[in-house]
Amino acid sequence: MSRRQRWSGREARVDGAARTPGELAGARPGPAFEITVDGRALPALPGQTVAAALWAAGILAWRTTRAGGKPRGVFCGIGQCFDCLVTVNGVANRRACLVGVRPGDAIGTQEGEGRGELAV
Amino acid sequence: MTSTPDVIVVGAGIVGAACAHYAARAGLKVTVLDRGPVAGGTTGSGEGNLLVSDKAPGPELELALQSAELWRELAEQLPRGVEYEPKGGLVVASDEAALTALRTFAAAQEKAGVTVREVPADRLPHLEPHLAPGLAGGVHYPQDAQVMPALAAARLLRASGAELRPGQEVTGLLTGPGGAVRGVRTASGVLHAPYVVNAAGTWGGELARLAGVLLPVLPRRGFVLVTEPLPRVVRHKVYAADYVADVASDSAALQTSPVVEGTPAGPVLIGASRERVGFDRTLSVPALRRLAAGATALFPVLAGVRVIRTYAGFRPYLPDHLPAIGADPRVPGLLHACGHEGAGIGLAPVTGRIIAECLVGGQPPLDISPFDPARFEAGGGA
Repeated sequence: MSRRQRWSGREARVDGAARTPGELAGARPGPAFEITVDGRALPALPGQTVAAALWAAGILAWRTTRAGGKPRGVFCGIGQCFDCLVTVNGVANRRACLVGVRPGDAIGTQEGEGRGELAV
Repeated sequence: MTSTPDVIVVGAGIVGAACAHYAARAGLKVTVLDRGPVAGGTTGSGEGNLLVSDKAPGPELELALQSAELWRELAEQLPRGVEYEPKGGLVVASDEAALTALRTFAAAQEKAGVTVREVPADRLPHLEPHLAPGLAGGVHYPQDAQVMPALAAARLLRASGAELRPGQEVTGLLTGPGGAVRGVRTASGVLHAPYVVNAAGTWGGELARLAGVLLPVLPRRGFVLVTEPLPRVVRHKVYAADYVADVASDSAALQTSPVVEGTPAGPVLIGASRERVGFDRTLSVPALRRLAAGATALFPVLAGVRVIRTYAGFRPYLPDHLPAIGADPRVPGLLHACGHEGAGIGLAPVTGRIIAECLVGGQPPLDISPFDPARFEAGGGA
């Protein structure tokens, strides 16, 4: 049986009912709260990482590289690659895949090293 | 295996690379061996400082001044970037007493050919806007520069055209009649050549021992803190005036003095610690704490910056703090190019030039008698 067929079978079994990781895991998070991304309000759930909240809102890239200004978001998702760096409450270079969201967090997209204010 | 080389260089650090480069330029066929990879020893654990500012008038300063010029040439010749930055050094004094000592030191350096510019306290922020307030003053050394040492060694080796054999530890020296060098033995066989250059850095004493001669190279450990990548927050190589005293000291105990510099890649590098603890790589929290405290005292802005890693290296030092450069009078065909302590990156090109001249019977670019490799032999050198 090919990999594709196996996948088809599994999708058939769940029948489209479980569409999110939370549902697949049977998670029952507490009530949603609000965070902001570059000043725009977004919903987030307790226990989500910053990256998960951004992904859930359809945001896949939130910083640009130092050399070349290329867009970056989550790559490894487990804290090793440092690709998903983001500014959280004014602190640059936090790993979005590791930092948990809290109500009222101000997430900021960042350019380059995110410390442009220090440049001389 | 290719045909027999004219010279075997043992050590693929920056000094070995420079020896290979200048020897090849003099028309010699060179093979470079290293028990590890390129820049796997002290070269890969330094900051890449090319300094004249920390050297008192004397033989080492003469080497440094010539080498600074050679680095300028190399930076233009090397086909790809080695992050060479002629950014200058800034030495700062925290109080009047330190400033007076620094002035005296700089005046003597100026007589020896170093360009020095005194910077009064109120001008320091123009050179380094993030520098802590309240410093007594400083001296700017425009000839100081920086290079990315591992890249520089790799590019220099490639440009030399030398045959490179990493992962080949030398286990013995082959000698012929009269004790003259005939090559080296490695785990994978023998390699013949009429000349062998000891560019094994901190491990140069071990290679000398294989040749049956004394060269007391010992390790002097140092840690470097690496910050998260930043925009340019530190323009020069900036260090406190006490650094010069630490470099020249013979103490075995931990010494630290803040040395701070940015890099083209983004991270700020923070040194410098010195301690004589053998080849012990154990992380020393007291050393790191003192480095961080020293750096934030000099640049308070760094207190809000994360350190992302640290590494240790072993400076190869000889008892008189001068390198061993030149032919070994005790073993015909053996040359030494090691023991540069914390200045090996800076002094590599001039060392390579001296070695090349020795190999082809030419005239070294300066008096090399202070670097005689036999000077530590009981009863005096040859």
